[in-house]
Amino acid sequence: MPELLFSPGDRVLVRDETPPHHHRTPWYVKARRGIVLEFIGMYLDSETRAHGGSGLPELPMYRVEFDQTELWPEYAESPSDKLWVDLYEHWLERA
Amino acid sequence: MPAVHDRGGWPTDEPIDRQEHEWADWERQTQSLRTVLDQKGIMNVDELRRGIESIDPGEYVSTTYFERWSASIEMNLVEKGVLTTEEIDERAAALRDRWGNPE
Amino acid sequence: MSEGKDRGGFYDTGWQPAGDVHRDEDGRPHDHPGLQEDVVLGVRASRALAMHELLVEKDVIGGHEVDDAIELWSTRVPSNGATLVAKAWSDPEFKARLLEHPKETVVESGFVPEHNADIIVLENTSTVQHMVVCTLCSCYPTALLGPPPDWYKSFSYRSRAVTEPRAVMSEFGLELEEDVEVRVVDSNSELRFLVLPRRPAGTEGWSEERLAALVTRDSMIGVSAPLSPDAVQN
Repeated sequence: MPELLFSPGDRVLVRDETPPHHHRTPWYVKARRGIVLEFIGMYLDSETRAHGGSGLPELPMYRVEFDQTELWPEYAESPSDKLWVDLYEHWLERA
Repeated sequence: MPAVHDRGGWPTDEPIDRQEHEWADWERQTQSLRTVLDQKGIMNVDELRRGIESIDPGEYVSTTYFERWSASIEMNLVEKGVLTTEEIDERAAALRDRWGNPE
Repeated sequence: MSEGKDRGGFYDTGWQPAGDVHRDEDGRPHDHPGLQEDVVLGVRASRALAMHELLVEKDVIGGHEVDDAIELWSTRVPSNGATLVAKAWSDPEFKARLLEHPKETVVESGFVPEHNADIIVLENTSTVQHMVVCTLCSCYPTALLGPPPDWYKSFSYRSRAVTEPRAVMSEFGLELEEDVEVRVVDSNSELRFLVLPRRPAGTEGWSEERLAALVTRDSMIGVSAPLSPDAVQN
């Protein structure tokens, strides 16, 4: 198991990138700050697997929590509402 | 603007249409064809998704869910050299003729 | 050249899934096995059927493989998830195992996740309500709920579930207290999420079977609550 970059509770910023290849980071979390909830495991890399690769080596993935008010400037519902997304480590920077 | 498949937060106030359509047999077959292609290592889900995401945006928004699967499966099978566009053209036309719905 | 009606496999297995392939009263497939009456065989539909035929002819896949997969799919129904929920409501030890070791518990219960996906169970409480969406496509716990409904795959749900979840829940008949946190889970990875809804009041002493009948598919997605006892005939 490689050394993990992030721990639960870390504040992270999602990279604001739009690579030409398949990726599963939704646009609305890019450039947004959230909190790492937990390391959820090592997973095949869907970004290379989508283009004929094996998806190896497996990559670390984290569940990240965002405040809805951080994601949506006009969020009209409760300020305590949250959103969870699973992100590969390479999409995250320390914030 | 986000890619056409990246739909979170797209502007819309459309209510959720909760009516569920009755599945056509070809849709059920296509759902299972994907399962079989995955099991046999011919096309995985990531490849299916990439194919769907590369559909022309105009087609993406104007076709049904399984029509998009059909387009992606075709894209993948042709790219991998498993089938050719021409033989799919020919057989699809024959099927449409047989069922009396030429287009 | 294979004829859709005459070749073995799909139409000759004699297997009759509920509401799946359209057959006449004597069990023979309709003349138009690829579509219902009045449904035009569109371009993409015909190409999908063409690919299936060609793949079988070229021996890339076996003639019965899609049949077998269709049969497997017929076992993926919302009552699978409802069974797990009802058991979790009835048995605290099972519930703890389901939350701590969801994949193992699901598999032990006889349900095999599609492409070996990991399952996470999200417990609703008096202070947290979960709602699951896949904004990028349609990821969904199919082994436990069957295929996703059209609305789950719709552009409107995929868009609005993340920006106005309470408004969406309201459309499904669920109104939450202001102090309940709504947690939207965008199912964008290989993990699949099942919501464990709250057990309705007035169900003390109910059997698992009776409880399972209250657990709707939509409550396991998180857009609405399970049925209440008075909503069900006894």
